[in-house]
Amino acid sequence: MFKRSLALLLVVMMVAGLFIGCGGNTEEPAAPADNTPAETTEPAAETPEPTEAPAEQVLYWNIGAEPKTIDPGLNAAVDGGHVINNMFEGLMRELNGTLEPAMAESYTVSDDGMVYTFTLRDAKWSDGKTVTAQDFEWAWNRVLAPETASEYSWIFDAANVDTFQALDDKTFEVTLKAPTPYFLGLTAFYTFFPVRQESVEAGADGAWAIDPAKSIVNGPFMLDSYVGGDRLELVPNPEYWQADKVKLERIVGVMIVEASTALTAYEGGTLDVLATVPTEEISRLIAEDPTFYILPMDGTYYYAFNVEAAPLDDVNVRKALSLAIDRQAICDTVTKAGQIPALNIVAPTSYDADGNLFSDQLGSVGLQATAAVEDAQQALADAGYPNGEGFPTLELMYNTSEGHKVIAEAIQEMWKKNLNIDVALTNQEWAVFQDTRKQGSFQVARAGWIGDYSDPMTYLDMFTSTNIGATNYSRWVNEDYDKLLEDAKTAPGQERFNMLYDAGKLVEEAYINLPIYYYTNTIMVADKVHDWEMNTRSTWWFGFAYIE
Amino acid sequence: MGRYVARRFVSMIITLWFVITITFFLMHSIPGGPFSREKALPEKVLEALNEKYHLNDPLWKQYTDYLQGVVVLDFGPSFSRPGIFVWDKIQEGFPISAKVGGIASLFVIIAGIPAGVISALYQNKLPDYIVTVIATVGVAVPSFVVATLFIYVFSEKLMLVPAYGLEEIKSYIGPTIALAGFSLSFVARLSRSSLLEVMQQDYIRTARAKGLSELSVIFKHAIKNSLIPVITYMGPTIASILTGSFVVERIFAIPGMGKLFVESVGNRDYTMIMGTTIFYAAFAIIMIFLVDIAYGIIDPRIKLGD
Repeated sequence: MFKRSLALLLVVMMVAGLFIGCGGNTEEPAAPADNTPAETTEPAAETPEPTEAPAEQVLYWNIGAEPKTIDPGLNAAVDGGHVINNMFEGLMRELNGTLEPAMAESYTVSDDGMVYTFTLRDAKWSDGKTVTAQDFEWAWNRVLAPETASEYSWIFDAANVDTFQALDDKTFEVTLKAPTPYFLGLTAFYTFFPVRQESVEAGADGAWAIDPAKSIVNGPFMLDSYVGGDRLELVPNPEYWQADKVKLERIVGVMIVEASTALTAYEGGTLDVLATVPTEEISRLIAEDPTFYILPMDGTYYYAFNVEAAPLDDVNVRKALSLAIDRQAICDTVTKAGQIPALNIVAPTSYDADGNLFSDQLGSVGLQATAAVEDAQQALADAGYPNGEGFPTLELMYNTSEGHKVIAEAIQEMWKKNLNIDVALTNQEWAVFQDTRKQGSFQVARAGWIGDYSDPMTYLDMFTSTNIGATNYSRWVNEDYDKLLEDAKTAPGQERFNMLYDAGKLVEEAYINLPIYYYTNTIMVADKVHDWEMNTRSTWWFGFAYIE
Repeated sequence: MGRYVARRFVSMIITLWFVITITFFLMHSIPGGPFSREKALPEKVLEALNEKYHLNDPLWKQYTDYLQGVVVLDFGPSFSRPGIFVWDKIQEGFPISAKVGGIASLFVIIAGIPAGVISALYQNKLPDYIVTVIATVGVAVPSFVVATLFIYVFSEKLMLVPAYGLEEIKSYIGPTIALAGFSLSFVARLSRSSLLEVMQQDYIRTARAKGLSELSVIFKHAIKNSLIPVITYMGPTIASILTGSFVVERIFAIPGMGKLFVESVGNRDYTMIMGTTIFYAAFAIIMIFLVDIAYGIIDPRIKLGD
């Protein structure tokens, strides 16, 4: 009897012990507890600086979900961009909203605006080797090589890059196909960052970038440790050309996906920076927490009307639908994260050559923040459906998500109330939805666009006839529009922007899109963190940040 | 016994093969493909990606290649994280889940069974009521509520434990409670009702009649026999606890298997989904096998090999 119970106990112990044993083996990489100062005193021992203020220069930052990659050439996502922006540096860097020379010490532009010649400064990689023009050439060629399969390689086309070459160690020359005002800004974007050949070749497909032994960087911080799904830690790169300005001694980037957990940690003081805030907490935070910030973001949330599907083939119907919604109410009562009602498709984050905010200057054609009910009803009557009579039930489609659903329901109700028309809501899973939208098998579909570079072209380019089957979900064809955009690609200065304004007007007057709101970033940064920055590409920069 | 194990082993392999086949073909019939993006990838890039991940091969070849890979624990590269291999991620994630889960499982056994036994022995008395009420609450309240409540009370309000991660010993308290809560309550109820049933049996009466002390009746005769349903339940439960709960891991930001699985679903990382599913299936099958072996040890009437 006793022997049997012993045997039972043994089975249980064996099973449990098996896994506890397993846990022990990988404990070290999983929990680098020794070099992560948990609360207070420990790091002071590591870096004794008697003359400095006692504030611990360690930044606890929630990255959110683990970035898919932190290889600059492969990255295509915002979260990876945050990390890369603090580890690498391009020819230029955006600081306080202006472009500053970074790896480039200076640059010249040919009179026709087509040839950029960058002179590199004496900057070093984290292993002490000099950053050369050849590094740029190699990195850019790598992105463009099909076998690299870089998801963002198309941005070289968008930037009109024709050829580039290292004239010598310090001189990098880029020839464009057409003068492109946003090209210089793109040199501060991760796809254009330099990488080191030896480093990249040491770990295929970006594996080098998450291995502290292989990662070689040229930015303010370098990788100290990386635990997938858990955290990464960055320490100052002593070889950075502005290393004297880097004050943080460590950045602990944790990967907490659950927004409410991150907020609790922030409010408990164990996190200093986060960018994912639970929507339901936002109104409380706006009212109570001065460290909660709403920053503009270069992106637009909108609906696309399929101009091939009756009754939406009638511009008056599209106009009526667009005028009849109360954008302010959607922002205030539905999305509630400080979103800005969108009256045109171009987010208000880029400027024309004269320094005007493009979006404001473009204006709107009758759209208001609140519903223009009478105009909308008039337009619907003009289309032959007075007071909505005889109007077929419209189908509004969105990709399955609670957030999209509540907005769709609000709009459904507004259309019913203001136009007396019925709308059926349907949703599809994301991958299916994308195909549906590209194939044009819908009437009204949800869409969103985040600008890739600071220029209206990133939005307007979506609606050319060549982009039918891709980003022109509306399947709208307008030859004048295509021509204006084509011409704008080679036009200089304000002349170019005038063409873009004309194009913008065309797309607005056709009412092919129903702009709803401009996205915002909702972020929290603790009081004690100073000189942090989120640039116009919505990317964090902690290079000169400090804690006090 | 040897023949039984061999036979079970073969049937385990067949079950696993079914799981692999079903997962494989389900994953490959999902519309959209792993590389569909908001901004359509250029044709050349898409071609390079398909080539790299052998998606251009005929389906049967992909299938046989995949089967061959699984045999040597090569689940291929992650589709959405370049440079990362599925098996590496499983090896990273599983020990973390298993560590938290191991503690939770022990907690279930050590606290759940005695609670049920005490409850049964004091049937319809105060200890019974207390255990029953707590167990009912434990079964009814889902783990994410327990986890969120725990963080709210102990991290945010009382600031006794960290809100996330597994940095400190006390970080394990929250995940353990959230992870064990349901099973613990269930085990308590199960062992209570099972013990009550056993106590009605003839052989218990016989044991008492031959003059054994109550203590020895309960411990030598009753409890052991009452454990059969508990053990049946514990096999799959331990498997599921050890492989991580995606809810609990997400809330406590623990980089384990559960989190890995959920994120791979979100990222449409097909190879990762297949890898984690197969791993979980294999693990569950092994646990059920161990339970069957344990039956034989506890109850000699159950003859393995029949």
